[in-house]
Amino acid sequence: MQNLYDFSILTGAIHESLSRSMSPGWVTFTELVIIGLVFLLFFALLGLFLVYLERKVCAIIQNRVGPNRVGKWGLLQTIADLIKLLIKELIPIRKSDKFLFNLAPFIVIIASLMAMAALPFAKGLHAIDFNIGVFYVMAVSSLGVVGILLAGWSSNSKYSLIGAMRSGAQIVSYELSVGLSLLAIVVFSGSMQLSAIIESQANGWWIFKGHIPAFISFVIFLIASTAEINRGPFDLAEAESELTAGFHTEYSGIKFAFFFLAEYINMFIVAGIAATVFLGGWMPLHIGSWEGFNHIMDFVPPIVWFFLKTFFIIYVIMWFKWTFPRLRIDQLLTLEWKYLLPVSLVNIVVIAFLVLMGWHF
Amino acid sequence: MSFNVVMFYVFSAIILLFSLLTITSRRILRAAVYLLFVLIATAGVYFLLEYQFMAAVQLTLYAGGIVVLIIFSILLTHHISHLFEKPELTKLLMGTGVAVVGSFLTIYTILTYPFPEIVTTTPLPATMENIGAQLLGVEKNGYALPFELISILLLAAMIGAIVIAKKDKSKNSEI
Repeated sequence: MQNLYDFSILTGAIHESLSRSMSPGWVTFTELVIIGLVFLLFFALLGLFLVYLERKVCAIIQNRVGPNRVGKWGLLQTIADLIKLLIKELIPIRKSDKFLFNLAPFIVIIASLMAMAALPFAKGLHAIDFNIGVFYVMAVSSLGVVGILLAGWSSNSKYSLIGAMRSGAQIVSYELSVGLSLLAIVVFSGSMQLSAIIESQANGWWIFKGHIPAFISFVIFLIASTAEINRGPFDLAEAESELTAGFHTEYSGIKFAFFFLAEYINMFIVAGIAATVFLGGWMPLHIGSWEGFNHIMDFVPPIVWFFLKTFFIIYVIMWFKWTFPRLRIDQLLTLEWKYLLPVSLVNIVVIAFLVLMGWHF
Repeated sequence: MSFNVVMFYVFSAIILLFSLLTITSRRILRAAVYLLFVLIATAGVYFLLEYQFMAAVQLTLYAGGIVVLIIFSILLTHHISHLFEKPELTKLLMGTGVAVVGSFLTIYTILTYPFPEIVTTTPLPATMENIGAQLLGVEKNGYALPFELISILLLAAMIGAIVIAKKDKSKNSEI
C-alpha cells in the first residue's frame, strides 16, 4: 500500500534513462539542472497562488469579496499583477551603493530557494536528504537576513535603514526560539534527518505522541517563525503606517517583486517544516486501532497530505496577520527574550527527561 | 577531471578572489559582503567533503551570525558615503611583505609535510550521534573537558557583556 505513491520509482526511472546515455558526472549535472528548473517553476507558481490566497483570506476575514474581476473568482488577478510588476520601471537611486542595492534581492531569494531544497514533499520526492536536514534549513534561512540588512543600508534612506535594523534585531532573536522548538522534536525522534523524522511518525504525529511539551514547542515554533518571516503581527520591518514600506521602500518593479516573492516562499517553507516536523509530513492521519479508517486514509496520496497540512499552517499564519495588531519593537523583544526563550529552554529539559524515562509513545 | 575537482577549484577561486577583495575594498560594507562570500564558499568546501554538519555550523555561526553582527555594527556607525583612507606606502609594503612571507611559510610546510597515504576511500560517518558522543565523551579522543571550559568561558563573557550594557538605575534617576 505504501509503495503505491512512491515517487522514487519515477525519479529512479529518470536516473536510469539518463545514465544510459551519459557519464555519471554529467548525469548529476543534468539532474541538478532539471531539479533547479522544476524548483524555479514551482517557486513562481506557488508565489502567485499564495498572494491570491492571502488576498482571499484577508477578504473573508474582513467580510469582503476580494479579487473577483480577472478570471474565474479572480484567479488570474495575481498573474495580471505579475505582468504589471515585470514591465514597471526600475528606478535607480543616485546616491545608493549600486552593487549592494542590486545584490540584496538575490541574497534573500537564494536563501529561500536553498531552504526549499530540503523539504520532503512526498515519499521519494525530496531534492536532497541531508543527515542534518533540520539544521541545514535553519542555517540557510539565517542567510536571508543579510539581504534585508544590505537592502536597508544600500538604499541610503532613513525608512529603509530603520526597517532593516528592526528586521535584523527581530530575526536574530527569534531564530533562537525556532531552533529550540525544532530541537524538541529532534530530541524525540533522535535524528535531524527530515526523512527519518517523518518515518518516526508512522504510528502517530509528534504533536500527539509528544504529550504537552511537543504541543508547547509547536506553538512556540508558530509564533517564532511568524516573526522570523517578518509577517504580521511582527511586520515591524515594513510597518506601513510609520516606515512607508520598511527595508524595500526604494525598490521598484521586479526587484521589489523578488522581496515580495521571497516573503511568501519563506511562509511556505516554515509551514512545510512545521508540517514535516510536528504534523507528520506526508504521513497520512492514522487513529490508533481503527483499521478501516486507517486503510482509507492510506489511499490519499502523500503529496496531498503534505500540501493539506502545509496550507493549514499557512492559513493559521495568515489568520494571525489579519487578526492581531502590530507589536512595538520593545514588546517584540520582550516577548522573545523574557517569555518564549525561557519557556523553550525549560521545555527542552522536560522533553529530554521524558525521552530518558521512555514516557513518550 | 571529475566534477568534484572542478567544484573544488571553483570554490577555491571564489575564496581567493573575495579574500583579496575583502582587504582591498575601500567601502566597509562591501568588504563585509565579500567576507560573507568567502565564508559561504568555505561552507561549500565542507559540503564537498561530505561533512554537512560542519558546513551547516559554518553557515549558521559565521555567515548567519558573525557577518550579521558585523553588518549590524556598520549600520549603526557608518554612513553610506564613508570611504576608507588609502593606507600609507610604508604600511602597505610592510603588510604585503608579512602576508607574502606568511603564505610562503604555510605553503612550504604543507608541501613538505609527510602526509600519510589515504587508506580509506569511503567517507567516515559524521552523523549527529557520532559527533555528540565524541563532543561529550570522557574516554580517549573525547572533548568533554574543552567543551565544558568553553561553555564556562562563553557564560562569563555573556555575563560580562550584560553587566557592562546594564544601565545604573541610581545614576539614571539623578539625570
